[in-house]
Amino acid sequence: MLTTLHKQLLNDYQHDFPLSARPYRDIADQLGVTEAEVLSAFTELCDNNFISRIGPVIPPNHIGVSALVAMSVPEQQLQAVADKISAHPEVNHNYEREHRFNLWFVVIASDAEHLRAVIDSIEQETSYPAMRLPMLDDFFIDLGFKLDLNNA
Amino acid sequence: MLDARDRQLIEHIQLGLPVCSRPYLEIGRLCDMPETEVIERLTRLKQQGLIKRMGVIVKHRQLGYRANAMIVWNVPDNLIKQLGGHISRFSFVTLCYQRPKQPEWPYNLYCMIHGKDKATVLKQLEQLVDACGLSAFDKEILFSNRCFKQRGALYQNPSPALADG
Repeated sequence: MLTTLHKQLLNDYQHDFPLSARPYRDIADQLGVTEAEVLSAFTELCDNNFISRIGPVIPPNHIGVSALVAMSVPEQQLQAVADKISAHPEVNHNYEREHRFNLWFVVIASDAEHLRAVIDSIEQETSYPAMRLPMLDDFFIDLGFKLDLNNA
Repeated sequence: MLDARDRQLIEHIQLGLPVCSRPYLEIGRLCDMPETEVIERLTRLKQQGLIKRMGVIVKHRQLGYRANAMIVWNVPDNLIKQLGGHISRFSFVTLCYQRPKQPEWPYNLYCMIHGKDKATVLKQLEQLVDACGLSAFDKEILFSNRCFKQRGALYQNPSPALADG
């Protein structure tokens, strides 16, 4: 069960987590609770897998290069192919989608050559062609994702 | 621009800020940097937009947002910036990108909508299409099914971390 504090931490600190010596105490002061309560609530959110981490989000292609890649894989081989792909440390997202192109993953590498090498080796290992979709422009303004946690 | 110490700092902080009283001090210990320098560098990177946001990265699926649609459109290149800008102002849109068309894939404008169920996502999409004048353009809706892997982008030196999908 999520408490009010959990919900506040999830929704209100996605963008401007305090950059100060005692950030959790600053949050506690803003919310009228103790630092210890904030620390234990964040620990619970991490333990229950509701947050992946507290950290920076860096816009794509500012550090390193990335590409979205799509593959069309027969259903009975999908899990095995997906596992081979996920094993690469350069792959960070890997999803099945409901489409003829049913496997979609993102590769992030240090430079263009490294990126090409990773995708080439994925094609060789899986023997399916990879459709490469590098990012040309990022329009996203990032107003934050408002979670409706009324029933959570 | 990022200097070598910025990259070193990002490399350590991208795995997550420790949950403890002085988390920036802990990060500083890992990269041999005083706490004040860690905070100053992060503040500057955020002001410069090299850190897009600093905060809690939620797991949508675990929080009940199980329907995730990637919507792709084929729009004229000269309209793409304007349409992309408009689309990305809707709070239920979590990403909006331009990617190149391919022989088997005539789409160049991408957006992602996370919702609690498919019906909600489709309703939001309808609202988006109406408001942005997208109804004339070919599109496809790809709902996600199984998630095989998801984690934040990890940058490694010499090229260090990236935005989540």
